Amino acid sequence: MASSEGHRQSKSNGPLVYRQSVWTRVTHWIWAISLFFLLLSGLQIFNARPTLYIGQQSGFGFDNSVLTMTAVNTPDGPRGRTSILGLEFNTTGVFGLSGTTEDPQVRGFPAALTIPSYRDLATGRVVHFFFAWVLVGTLFVWFLASLMNGHLSRDLRLTGRDLAHLPQDVADHARLRFHHTRQYNVLQKLSYSIVFFVLFPLIVLTGLTMSPGMDAAWPWLLDLFGGRQTARTIHFITMTLLVLFFLVHIAMVFAAGPINELRSMITGWYRTDPESKSRSAS
Amino acid sequence: MSKTILSRRQLLCAGAAGASSLVLGGCDVFNFLGKRGGTVRDILLTANDLTYHVQRLLIGDALAREYAETEIRQAQKPNGSIDPQSPDYLALKTNGFADYRLAIKGLVETPKSYSLDELRNMPSRAQITRHDCVEGWSCIAKWTGTPLWVVLDEVKLRSAARYLVFHCYDNMGSGSSGPTYYYESCDLVDARHPQTILAYGLNDQVLPVSNGAPIRVRIERQLGYKQPKYVHTIEAVSSFARIGGGKGGYWEDRGYEWYAGI
Repeated sequence: MASSEGHRQSKSNGPLVYRQSVWTRVTHWIWAISLFFLLLSGLQIFNARPTLYIGQQSGFGFDNSVLTMTAVNTPDGPRGRTSILGLEFNTTGVFGLSGTTEDPQVRGFPAALTIPSYRDLATGRVVHFFFAWVLVGTLFVWFLASLMNGHLSRDLRLTGRDLAHLPQDVADHARLRFHHTRQYNVLQKLSYSIVFFVLFPLIVLTGLTMSPGMDAAWPWLLDLFGGRQTARTIHFITMTLLVLFFLVHIAMVFAAGPINELRSMITGWYRTDPESKSRSAS
Repeated sequence: MSKTILSRRQLLCAGAAGASSLVLGGCDVFNFLGKRGGTVRDILLTANDLTYHVQRLLIGDALAREYAETEIRQAQKPNGSIDPQSPDYLALKTNGFADYRLAIKGLVETPKSYSLDELRNMPSRAQITRHDCVEGWSCIAKWTGTPLWVVLDEVKLRSAARYLVFHCYDNMGSGSSGPTYYYESCDLVDARHPQTILAYGLNDQVLPVSNGAPIRVRIERQLGYKQPKYVHTIEAVSSFARIGGGKGGYWEDRGYEWYAGI
């Protein structure tokens, strides 16, 4: 252990350890803000064409759509309808048709989930591209810092020992039995690694593939993702996976002890289990 | 002191309430970002200058992807103006655009104007490219036309020229100072790019009215709103600050980015 990881003893609990470096903490909160704005401005952009396609182009003379949110007239009045791979769902009030009975709105995602709440593609794009730069810049800084301060090799690198622990760790999580140690557990390592090394690169590169300028600069983007419209669909799917990660992430913070977890992401200091309770982790 | 510390339960409730209010009603909170000219919006807009400069560095003279004939699977989707009603345009259309002239003026050595036949008899370029609308859809079609650089070489840009402004026949509605016509602009990098053409043909047919007849400019490395239809005049300028709303295009004046390579 590095010498900076000082220990402070407490009577009732295990020691406080310095778990998160300032680089990890600052970039974490910048991402939290950026992803919030990217999500809600992205849904605004999606609403300008609430249909996803597979291929180079969008089918108007043929059908290559895989998801679409529309409003349809039925004998019982207008309904919101979402089609996914040919399956149709009534999503009145949420997708396709939302708003109030007096003022129904035909739109993909509802007003509560877009920035601005009303339809304004231009502003959605302004917000989205600003925070896209912030996200990419912060990822770059985080990667360099984590490479140099050992965060990558010490905290995120999966070891054979981690993998051997996987079944036990899954069982512990299923029973909401958490071990508070200096180290991340194996499910944490896996989920953070997937976010950083799969989902973030994927969402950035598919985003760039939607740019006609970048398609000229890096034509391999179109080949890698199978066309601009497929890239747009992958961008959307990656977004839903990141939202899923966010929900589980927040649930885990509450389940594992929100004060301790939040403190470690704000101050860096984390209360570990007493030696007797925590399994020897290193 | 201990009274001020939230219990875990209180924190949980407060957190849940805060998070749900942010998600459920929260986005009205950020509607101020939609106000054109707002301070925060203007700060966010600076990211687009960064995008413009970084993309220009990365792209250089690279061409937009050109597709095989087999990728033309449908008619080019008409969008925006599809049937202009301005009297000048209607008169030209009645006559099959026989009296149409494309004027090149502004900061050029020799202002000229071209008939459709003159343009068709100049060197031509055909390209099967993908049209990307700002809304998110794409459509592949074959465009045929006169490379803009050929015309620019004839009229010779003056050194003060930095942008080309494309003036169009389509009337977008009435403003306080009379009708508002569609217009667009590009820098000289795009103006001289080999794929930037004055298109008169679409999918091996004469360019139809719904897609911009008689002349539509193709700027292939940018989004659809940068491909002005029904163009009658190209003006070389040093700045577009005094044209239209001053932002370089009809949609730009309404809050869209001038550089639409993204």
